[in-house]
Amino acid sequence: MENAWLIPAFPFTGFLINGLFGDRLKRIFSGCIACTAMALSFTYALALFIRPLLADVPLEAFERDYFTWIEAGTLKVAFGLLIDPLSLLMVLVVTGVGFLIHVYSIGYMHDDPGFSRYFAYLNLFAAAMLLLVLANNFLLLFVGWEGVGLCSYLLIGFWYEKQSATDAGKKAFIVNRIGDFGFLLAIFLIFWTFGSLDFQVVMAAAPDLFPAGAPTLTAITLLLFLGAIGKSAQLPLYVWLPDAMEGPTPVSALIHAATMVTAGVYMVARCSVLYALAPFALGLVAAVGCATAVYAATIGLVQNDIKRVLAYSTVSQLGYMFLGCGVGAFVAGIFHLMTHAFFKALLFLGSGSVIHALHGEQDLRRMGGLRARLPLTYWTFMAGTLALCGIVPFAGFFSKDEILWEAFAGGHPLLYGLALFGALLTAFYMFRLVFLTFHGTPRAGAETLAKVHESPRTMTIPLMALAVLALVGGWVQVPLVAAGKRLGAFLAPVFEKAEHLLAAGRPLQHAGAWQEGLLMGLSLAAAIAGIAFAYRLYLARPQLPNRIAERFGACYRLLLNKYYVDEFYQSALVEPLRRLAEGLWRGIDVRVIDGAVNGCAQLAIALSGRLRRLQTGYVHHYAWTVVAGACGFFIYILSR
Amino acid sequence: MVSLNSYLMLGAVLFSIGAVGVFTQRNALIIYMCIELMLNAVNLTIIAFARFLNSMDGHVFVFMIMTVAAAEAAVGLAIIISLFRNKATVNVDEINLSKG
Amino acid sequence: MDGLQYLLDCTGILPILILFATGILILLLDAFAPRGRKGRLAALALAGVLLAMIGWWRPLPVERELFGGMLFADSFGFFFDGLFLATAALIILFSAGTLDRDRIDLGEYYALLLFSVTGMMLMARAANLIMLFLGLEVLSIAIYILVGMPRHERKANEACLKYFLLGAFSSGFFLYGMTFIYGASGSLSLAAMAAAFGQGDLPHNPYLLLGTALLLVGFSFKIALVPFHMWTPDVYEGAPTPITAYMAVAVKAAVFAALARVFWMALPSLQPQWTNLFWVLAVLTMTVGNVAALVQTNIKRMLAYSSIAHAGYILVAVVAGSAQGLTGMLVYLAAYTFMNVGAFGVVILVQERLGIGEDVDDFRGLGFASPALGAAMAVFLFSLAGIPPTAGFVAKFFVFLAAIEASFTWLVILAVVNSAVAVYYYLRVVIVMYSRAESPTSLADRFGLGRIPSAALGALIVALWATLQIGILPQSLWELARHSVTALL
Repeated sequence: MENAWLIPAFPFTGFLINGLFGDRLKRIFSGCIACTAMALSFTYALALFIRPLLADVPLEAFERDYFTWIEAGTLKVAFGLLIDPLSLLMVLVVTGVGFLIHVYSIGYMHDDPGFSRYFAYLNLFAAAMLLLVLANNFLLLFVGWEGVGLCSYLLIGFWYEKQSATDAGKKAFIVNRIGDFGFLLAIFLIFWTFGSLDFQVVMAAAPDLFPAGAPTLTAITLLLFLGAIGKSAQLPLYVWLPDAMEGPTPVSALIHAATMVTAGVYMVARCSVLYALAPFALGLVAAVGCATAVYAATIGLVQNDIKRVLAYSTVSQLGYMFLGCGVGAFVAGIFHLMTHAFFKALLFLGSGSVIHALHGEQDLRRMGGLRARLPLTYWTFMAGTLALCGIVPFAGFFSKDEILWEAFAGGHPLLYGLALFGALLTAFYMFRLVFLTFHGTPRAGAETLAKVHESPRTMTIPLMALAVLALVGGWVQVPLVAAGKRLGAFLAPVFEKAEHLLAAGRPLQHAGAWQEGLLMGLSLAAAIAGIAFAYRLYLARPQLPNRIAERFGACYRLLLNKYYVDEFYQSALVEPLRRLAEGLWRGIDVRVIDGAVNGCAQLAIALSGRLRRLQTGYVHHYAWTVVAGACGFFIYILSR
Repeated sequence: MVSLNSYLMLGAVLFSIGAVGVFTQRNALIIYMCIELMLNAVNLTIIAFARFLNSMDGHVFVFMIMTVAAAEAAVGLAIIISLFRNKATVNVDEINLSKG
Repeated sequence: MDGLQYLLDCTGILPILILFATGILILLLDAFAPRGRKGRLAALALAGVLLAMIGWWRPLPVERELFGGMLFADSFGFFFDGLFLATAALIILFSAGTLDRDRIDLGEYYALLLFSVTGMMLMARAANLIMLFLGLEVLSIAIYILVGMPRHERKANEACLKYFLLGAFSSGFFLYGMTFIYGASGSLSLAAMAAAFGQGDLPHNPYLLLGTALLLVGFSFKIALVPFHMWTPDVYEGAPTPITAYMAVAVKAAVFAALARVFWMALPSLQPQWTNLFWVLAVLTMTVGNVAALVQTNIKRMLAYSSIAHAGYILVAVVAGSAQGLTGMLVYLAAYTFMNVGAFGVVILVQERLGIGEDVDDFRGLGFASPALGAAMAVFLFSLAGIPPTAGFVAKFFVFLAAIEASFTWLVILAVVNSAVAVYYYLRVVIVMYSRAESPTSLADRFGLGRIPSAALGALIVALWATLQIGILPQSLWELARHSVTALL
């Protein structure tokens, strides 16, 4: 564990090699270097994970300050890494899924002119993400946080020739700054309150310093959550994520589904103690998560772009993770984060395979009937879909069900009901996607269809690996079975304290196994109902959806246009701000200042009895502002 | 004996006349002369303070200011001439290429 | 004062003497140097700056007063001397190529540059208001001429005249302020003032208050604080780009140094009063600077407004008023110097290659035609926007932290909002650089790919290195700054 710094260092070295010498390297080397870097990090993390497992001892948390980064007065921030069950799990997900996506990218990007640049960015992203999850203090986490944001911006705008791609990159970056603003203020506030930014110190001090519900802690946690909302695309800052689909598909899989967007969830889980002490913030986390889960799922119902459906699904699933954390079930949230990384990466890569086969076609209305032509893609995609819908025994079933159960058991029946409804919607839109893509009659042009072929080996092998993970990933946390909750046991040392604090705050719930079993059946039924509904609409009677769309025209348009949120932002925020800037420039600089100057001038003329006529000219104006400022100072002095 | 306040008032009046001149004059040369007037008002005030405080600092300062003002005048005239060569005007109201 | 003491004091201002002598030498040689071989004068100027750096470097700064209490030789001055020398070296390196294009007489240019550095050093070390004034004027007069150096360009003429008239005007206020402070304290020495103001009913001393207000007008004008900023965009636009960069960083740093000296050393007892004035100025400056920058299309004007906004952030440190805040101010000035000179440096190089580059749109495709320049510019802009791991982030972090500790949380919130707004206009340039308008080959031809002059390349690397070094390992700079401010407290 001494050499934990190697984990982010490997991909960073890969970034340096590809970034500096990428142009001169052969393509295959570029790809191999990037993949090797990820593989090394993964192997190292895996060794860290397996060693205590073999010895059958619990993983000991390891913390090391490698060097002092900033020391200023009472502020001391070290470049320090922390390896505990939570960060190790995150590292395994990031490097494992990341490695598979790197391999896939070799096939997907093989004839792109920016091949080595792509891998350089991807490696840089991995390094920043690993720094984010391994950091032992808030400031270093923030550096990783901004780093992944920057890489995300670079990769969304990777195809810079497309205006929409650069616009989307810019949008992602700027929307994220709103969240970062909250995060940065939270960091200041934490330092001000605790005198330290170290996770362990802050978490240890918080329960002693503050009673539950202290306003300071509520402010800190709310500001942190603002950061999480931006990064993890929750209401109301989710707008950047669907647009982020302009980037290459493996990027969507890695950054905008499996890893970066989960940073917010990770951060909330990391601060579980603070949230446990701030019930209001925790409730808000649950409410926002649940609202987002349902809201994004409804938008997903009608999208026609294969990647956009998956993007809204990601937003929705992130909502589930926040719901889990918000009801105090941090393990469930992290569990869902992990399984979601597997199956959502799989779904994105599968959709990438479809897009690849159709030469860039992303519109569901021009797909269909691809099952026979892309068998491997179909079956792996199906595995991911079943996992996402929560069908036994796929991974998603266990994780989503645990969140639902915890919501119910924690005494939030309303949230439970909404989340259950969201699960039904999820099953519906996912099977709509599958049916429209792979089943029915082919709607693509004959010419395109003739050229459809299964993807190369580098792409299908990661798909199969992820499909296996999507199947078995959930078996680490099986409910209703003795010793089934192995993940919970593994993560227990991290969340022990928060759970203890939460348990102290509320009456013990008595919920029996029979209830859990019943609810499990209920959510399964909801998923199956969703599938059946999709089957009826899109396979059995394909003309029905159009009739429904006509019948509920307003509703359909509302959903299709994503509730007009982008338009709302455009007209309510962006446009007025632009106008304000324009107005300040034309109005203040030209009119008001000059106007005030002229006004002052007229006053002076009146006062001095038209002693002299005032001449206006630019130098005069500037001189007047100097005097106006001086007058301001005098007024301040006199007014005291 | 004239009181300190009288000197200060005179200085303030001179300073204000100079400042008002800066706003009201168009000719860059005359504006500069007004600024010189402001500097001389400062000199007068300093000398008055120095005299009443029995301090030598102020006397020295006045010489410094006079020297610097002379240097500034030399540079200022050169600047005004170089503008006049290009533009054939020293009217500050016509100087507005850069704005916004 | 005997002769020996006088000689000893001269060693204390060795860098100033070296720069001054080099400047005179350049003026002399310029008269005899044949046309076309004047490039060597740049080398001479650079050699002078490097020599001054050797004269500047001391392992252990000694705190003392020179020439009978006219100048300080302390760690605060030491910090700023180093900053000015580094800036001057970078500006000389960046200037080499552009001067021919602007038909500027080389000799005077470098001599004036060196003279202005001596002015800055005098300002940052002034122990007496006379020296402060002399430093300011040596600095200002040299800069007036430098702004007007492209004598055949009307924009430069006009900028020069505006700056000169308004600068002289503000000097009047500045002097008038000094006069009243002199009247209130009976001395022009900062130490004597502090002693005189140490007791008594200060807030009701009319001379002192009037003097402080007038002095602040002069300072605010030179730092370009709103509403004294009106000249800045026009002058920055008209001046030769290296001089714009120089004004944006070094002049501001020098005036901030003098401001810190006056307000911390001579007027600490008036702190509640000036804190109130400063926070108003900080709010106005940040907000107006950033908002006005949003719609600019000329990159020099945009960077001018951006420099106004940065002065606002630095004022947040002044508002904090603590040792932490002062240290943050020094760190911010250092970080700001390197990132801003770097950004201007890229603008200079692009102008040199293309003959254009005033407009943000001229940078279209730069990222592909010259990946090195594009990447460097991106780093500088991200640093100006305050994104980790760059110098700009660390500097903002220190300053805001100090303000939070001084219970100015609301001001920090405003500053953070402001820096979020600022991301928009910095990012716009990055996006333009990385969007393709023409075929890369034609752009590569135009940019002369890989043929960045070695002098400018060296300067660019130094600026880039410093920006990242401060961003990733700010510790040593912080230590240096913290040690430097002890001289004032």
